[in-house]
Amino acid sequence: MDQFMQQMVNGISLGSIYALIALGYTMVYGIIKLINFAHGDVYMIGAYIGFAATTYAQLGFLPALLISMAACAVLGMTIERIAYKPLRGSTRIAVLITAIGVSLFLEYVMMFFVGAEVRSYPVLLSNKVFHLGNVLINTQQIYIVVTAIALMILLQFIVHKTKTGKAMRAVSIDRDAAQLMGIKVDNTISITFAIGSAFAGAAGVLVGIYYNSIDPLMGIMPGLKAFIAAVFGGIGNIPGAMIGGMAIGIMETLVSGYGYSLYRDAVVFAFLILILILKPSGLLGKNIREKV
Amino acid sequence: MLEIKNLNVHYGVIHALKDVSLTVDKGEIVTLIGANGAGKTTTLRTISGLIKATSGQVILEGKDITNLPAPQRVELGLSQVPEGRRIFPEMTVLENLELGAFLRKDKQGIKKDIEHIYELFPILGDRRKQTAGTLSGGEQQMLAIGRALMSKPRLLLLDEPSMGLAPLLVREIFEIIKNINSEGTTVLLVEQNASMALSIANRAYVLETGSIVITGTGEELMKSDRIQKAYLGG
Repeated sequence: MDQFMQQMVNGISLGSIYALIALGYTMVYGIIKLINFAHGDVYMIGAYIGFAATTYAQLGFLPALLISMAACAVLGMTIERIAYKPLRGSTRIAVLITAIGVSLFLEYVMMFFVGAEVRSYPVLLSNKVFHLGNVLINTQQIYIVVTAIALMILLQFIVHKTKTGKAMRAVSIDRDAAQLMGIKVDNTISITFAIGSAFAGAAGVLVGIYYNSIDPLMGIMPGLKAFIAAVFGGIGNIPGAMIGGMAIGIMETLVSGYGYSLYRDAVVFAFLILILILKPSGLLGKNIREKV
Repeated sequence: MLEIKNLNVHYGVIHALKDVSLTVDKGEIVTLIGANGAGKTTTLRTISGLIKATSGQVILEGKDITNLPAPQRVELGLSQVPEGRRIFPEMTVLENLELGAFLRKDKQGIKKDIEHIYELFPILGDRRKQTAGTLSGGEQQMLAIGRALMSKPRLLLLDEPSMGLAPLLVREIFEIIKNINSEGTTVLLVEQNASMALSIANRAYVLETGSIVITGTGEELMKSDRIQKAYLGG
């Protein structure tokens, strides 16, 4: 039981990071029906920006987090403008292949500039350990979960209460109808990329702190897993991405915790296959149904 | 108010609109009737900016808007109720109406106009918190019209508002369109239900395979043999 609870705690910390990345996937998919495979690499660059901010500029956790989020927002908008916008109206497969191209581009450009070696993150947060019975929780885990939850609440607020958020939802539901409301679709897509990428940037910094090591290819695996999380929750669905992220994180730590860490990736991917067979629309996905 | 000059639209190799010209004067209800596939919806979508014309001009209140993107046309006082209603089904009735006022900044005015829409369509007031997808077809059509009115348009484009509705509801919707017009909004109405459309229109245009073939006042067209045969089942 203690073992189980301990893995749940670890899983929730890891899961909140996956959830942050999954949100970007799901938002972008919701609005332009693109699986943005470069999203995991934005997260990697976010980790490096956080690294630079803390190591070279000697900044603390919060400023580093904010700088990384801002920089990733700009990066996300730039990627959209340069790589995806010219392809608006072309086939989805063309945009998807472009996304894979952007992903490889970011990975190897980064490798060119920072080298392929693993770097270790400075210790930013005290690592005090609390005992809850026999379950251990450290301050880093608390910071990660609190940051992730705060960002998710902020996102819910933006999406449901602000004009920008309403525009985002309108464009994702019906692009033509949104235009008829006076909503500028291109700007709305750009903002969606900015927000999604900022969240990836935050996840990058959190992962750097949690695992203490970063490298230019670190975005591939978490990117794929966050994608699975988004599919599990129902791609295009924001609460779904949060739940999916948590579920994948917990699943992974449970599998590792019970001694099968070699299989943890396999289990997650097997899970994807299961979802696609059993409930392709995901946990909270919309049933596509039309009322005449 | 609105002037269209020699409009041509192509979908790939298909020539959907051929030299379509029409005018709508301030305060009028003008209707565009024709069979399925004649190009009625294409004409409206070109006016609202969702489709690009290959040639020709769209002029709104003296301003050439042919190359203006759709959202900017809303700013100039154009509003469209699209074919098939196209409300936002996952959003509430209230949110749909608020989106209709997306470009407006006057919070108080928006609130007042939402109340006005609820007076016009009491059923929408009762269902303000309900998601729009749960409304019946007629209610959705009312919502689509209400939403379009929220931008305070000077010219309202309506695309097949009677589609899929029971005859009694159709009459009600047309009554509402007349009211909207009498409150000062100019209306361009596209309809397959020719007799209803002609009965409320000041003037009408008949579109056949992408070209305007007949034009006249509503009464004239009602009496015309050709219209009787082709569109009114006489």
